[in-house]
Amino acid sequence: MTDTSENAVQMIDVSKWFGDFQVLKKINLTVKTGERVVICGPSGSGKSTVVRCINRLEKHQQGIIRVDGKELTNKRKSVAEIRAEVGMVFQQFNLFPHLSVLENLTLGPIKTRGLNKEEAESRAMEYLHRVHIPEQADKRPSQLSGGQQQRVAIARSLCMEPKIMLFDEPTSALDPEMISEVLDVILELAEEGMTMIVVTHEMGFARKAANQMVFMDEGEIVESGDPIQFFEAPKTDRCKQFLNQILSH
Amino acid sequence: MRLLTNKTLVRISLLLTLVLLLGACGGDSKLKWYVVSPWTEQGQINLKFLILGTWNTLSMSFLALLISVVVGLLIAIPGIASNKPLRFTNVFYVEIVRSIPLLPLILWVYYGLPEIAGVQLDFFWAGVFALALSDSAFEAEIFRAGIQSIPRGQSEAASTIGLNYFQNMRYVVLPQAIRRILPALGNQFAYMVKMSALVSVIGLQELTRRANELIVTEYRALEIYTVLIIEYLVIILIIGQGVRWLERKMDGGENNR
Repeated sequence: MTDTSENAVQMIDVSKWFGDFQVLKKINLTVKTGERVVICGPSGSGKSTVVRCINRLEKHQQGIIRVDGKELTNKRKSVAEIRAEVGMVFQQFNLFPHLSVLENLTLGPIKTRGLNKEEAESRAMEYLHRVHIPEQADKRPSQLSGGQQQRVAIARSLCMEPKIMLFDEPTSALDPEMISEVLDVILELAEEGMTMIVVTHEMGFARKAANQMVFMDEGEIVESGDPIQFFEAPKTDRCKQFLNQILSH
Repeated sequence: MRLLTNKTLVRISLLLTLVLLLGACGGDSKLKWYVVSPWTEQGQINLKFLILGTWNTLSMSFLALLISVVVGLLIAIPGIASNKPLRFTNVFYVEIVRSIPLLPLILWVYYGLPEIAGVQLDFFWAGVFALALSDSAFEAEIFRAGIQSIPRGQSEAASTIGLNYFQNMRYVVLPQAIRRILPALGNQFAYMVKMSALVSVIGLQELTRRANELIVTEYRALEIYTVLIIEYLVIILIIGQGVRWLERKMDGGENNR
């Protein structure tokens, strides 16, 4: 456990404030390479902020974040190094609406990885096959359904060949009938051994995919551990109450 | 709506112009349209004299537009920074520059610059400089509004695929922002073409100056100014059509907002 190289992400006593409001209170979280962590909790509990701190979309004010053994500091180089290893999928997809699906996927590899257009396009097509929508390559994001857009967003992240994937409520903006097509793609990635942190309320998915569950409330990690134990016998009342609420129907 | 395309508008305006001139030339009103009639030799000479001002008006406005768009963008970018001194630079520039009336600015550039900077610009470049300077403050605000209208998620997504600040601006934010602000930029350009008439006061032979000069010899203010107004009308209509064409061309399927 002392060998940090097998830790994909390590957060030590990470705190963050928005003004006077403390959103993260001494968060400690270790994600080993190949591990799939699912973070759940009521809204406003800070779960998205945890994920957004890992690739510096939000800046933590106290504590240490290490990604693949490298510490995340204020230096531009450090941020760039870490972002190069971390892919992210957003609730709102955030595809580039002025570019075709293929261009969405090749922009990063061409501009920041130095691939030429053909290499980037063949890589993009490979990942579009992985998310099962190669036929949509020439369309605009606005011509796709929500589920398809989110799968394109996943493929866009994968094109950067990250070591770690972050999913920030990837199905929360989707119509119910499209949720499973996105979760299936994420599950396939999990089966291939991708290290991932997923913020989600989809507990069925969590049971299948997670090997670590984290429950957050009011900026703290209230409970974390093995998914079987987590679902069958939660230790804390707050966690029990939360699970009852979201599993009750 | 389909009937009232810009093409029809241009045609209508040209028709109106013709009717106005024809009717006037033939009629026995007190107005002496023959000074600008395309059917008399003197009228042709006069019209040609007036229309030749188009070149100066357009080239001056176009150069000023190019400069003001570049300067406006450079001024807009610090305006969206998180750094306070940078934002202050933006506010300072915009507030000062846009509060200077264009006419005094033209006079100041033409007569003032030689004294304080030892630079004597000719009529044309003094006009370009004053128009560009004045316009840049407005362009800066248009750009700032456009950039700020792009959801933050776009820049966040750009940074997660490794794009740096300038790549994010160049490939993600600005292409979307420019599409949105195109109507406002077109507006501003049309406005500037009209305001370029003020450069006539320092002596540049653009459309308005030529009209004034012709009036000195022909003594027919109303007829000549009517032609002048129609000249601007035609130019602005063509610009409007050009901007709409650009909008259609740049829309490229992004019709989801």
